[in-house]
Amino acid sequence: MSAAEKFGQMFFAIGLFAVVFIGILLLASLAKGRKGERVQSLAFVGPALLLLAVGLLYPAIRTVGQSFKNGDGTKFIGLDNYTNIFTSPEQLLVIRNTAVWVLLVPIFATAIGLIYALLVDKARGESFAKALIFLPMAISMVGASIIWKFMYDYRPKTRPQIGLLNAILVKLGFDPQNFILNAPANTVFLIVIMIWIQCGFAMVILSAAIKAIPEDIIEAARLDGVRGMQMFRFITLPSIRGAVVVVLTTIGIAVLKVFDIVRTMTGGQFDTSVVANEFYNQTFRYDNTGLGAALAVVLFVLVIPFIVYNARQLRRSEGR
Amino acid sequence: MSTLTPAVTPEDTPAPPTKNRPSALANAKSMLSSRVATVIAIVIAVLWTIPTAGLLITSFRKPLDINRSGWWTVLQNPSFTLDNYRLALGSGTSSLADEFVNSIVITIPAVLLPILLATLAAYAFAWMDFKGRNLLFVAVFTMQIVPIQVTMIPLLSLYVNTLHLNGTFWSVWLSHTIFALPLAVFLMHNFIKEIPAELVEAARVDGAGHVRIFFRVMLPLLTPALAAFGIFQFLWVWNDLLVSLVFLGGSPEFRPITVAISELAGTRGSAWFLLSAGAFIAMVVPVVVFLSLQRYFVRGLLAGGLKG
Repeated sequence: MSAAEKFGQMFFAIGLFAVVFIGILLLASLAKGRKGERVQSLAFVGPALLLLAVGLLYPAIRTVGQSFKNGDGTKFIGLDNYTNIFTSPEQLLVIRNTAVWVLLVPIFATAIGLIYALLVDKARGESFAKALIFLPMAISMVGASIIWKFMYDYRPKTRPQIGLLNAILVKLGFDPQNFILNAPANTVFLIVIMIWIQCGFAMVILSAAIKAIPEDIIEAARLDGVRGMQMFRFITLPSIRGAVVVVLTTIGIAVLKVFDIVRTMTGGQFDTSVVANEFYNQTFRYDNTGLGAALAVVLFVLVIPFIVYNARQLRRSEGR
Repeated sequence: MSTLTPAVTPEDTPAPPTKNRPSALANAKSMLSSRVATVIAIVIAVLWTIPTAGLLITSFRKPLDINRSGWWTVLQNPSFTLDNYRLALGSGTSSLADEFVNSIVITIPAVLLPILLATLAAYAFAWMDFKGRNLLFVAVFTMQIVPIQVTMIPLLSLYVNTLHLNGTFWSVWLSHTIFALPLAVFLMHNFIKEIPAELVEAARVDGAGHVRIFFRVMLPLLTPALAAFGIFQFLWVWNDLLVSLVFLGGSPEFRPITVAISELAGTRGSAWFLLSAGAFIAMVVPVVVFLSLQRYFVRGLLAGGLKG
């Protein structure tokens, strides 16, 4: 298909969509009275609800069913897939890696984001300084992975290093390291990429929270002689606690679903796989849909506590 | 991105001229800590910028130079070329031009469709009275917790067996729309609720129906919110890898640029002249969108959750 044909298809799709929807809405608006009200509300929410039911709710239920079946979905095997995930050494490694990701990324991204937000707050060139840290969020995880793959690039000792990290190591008199190949450290080097991406998100949210602290509280504390670290500990941190929790949990959810980085950097080889990546490999590469579905369900179950905690925290901060 | 050292110098805020001025010791202490703070801020900013800067510089160097010396030596021996970009965008086996077009064709409908659908639904949830309204709204809102991985296997078999859409743009347009809806409805509802009820009531008294109110009153007022969510969705779709990989089945004809770059990293992992230029071609569009509409994006971030 040529580029022109592709654009043609795109405009056709948009046009079709517009015609169908305006048609539905106009037809609905013809109905009058009490019944008309009901027809109209159906026209407004109906399409979204239909898409969600067919594209999200029904598939999710199907997947749960599939997770109790064998590789090609022909035989019911009970909890075998789940037992596999929590007993076989390869799958346990995947769980362990995921746990390390979920532990390290939110903590470091939030901590660095918070420190940076505090440091540049009210500084000259604040918005530019913030944009530098925030920019990785606009880049795809694939793009970020390529950027870091270059940082980690490895050459044998005899050749000139073109990856910055190994160049520094060699200059300091160490041997160059193959950062991406050697387990278990390679997982940490992949995690660095995610921290690099997520830090900007933490920084923006926390910076907004810091700016929302009422000026008179800070002024009162300052008159009482509160300075520096004490100000942070007794005034700033308690005031933004809610935002910190939201940031930690939101990043935690994003990390659980991380797929692009692992796939682009290692494809899950060299002991770096995580649940989201293993789901893809089992389902679409090894044709083991049963295990893939079970991994997706595990992912779902792991996400729930984060969301519940997040929702609670949000409600509490709104109620204040 | 080319400037490595940002101008991050904290404002010198002299202590307010009160009667009991802080002692010289306390003064020195705060001066010291502000200098330390500046240094730390600059260190972080540099650490965050160097990886990107390194690859960007590399993308303008000759393949031979890239392999012989680190990008940081470029100042001692400057020599730049646009060949890498020409190769990555021109015709031939390593061209990414088609994939670039695919990314645009995938992204535009995948941003427009969910925005309109979600805004319609959000309007109904906010201003229309119908049975089960609150229950349905909570149901839609809760669907945010379903990771897209959970829906993929059945959705794919639906596309393959029933709708025959697999491996076409329609499958990704539809999938992105579906996956965006829960968050979009939630965000748009937050914004729509802020619109004063008097406005809607006045329009109703004038005899305007819901359709008219939606297009004439709501949409113009919601422009900033639409922009905020639009950027969200744009970045998400443009940067997506998983959805395209699954529903386009890796077919080279329709795959977006993220998929192409990801494959390139696997098969030609050391072809840095190609990878670096390719990565930046893929990054240009979202970065430009992001920088020009940053204000709205941040507003959207602060208005609600974030899609993971």
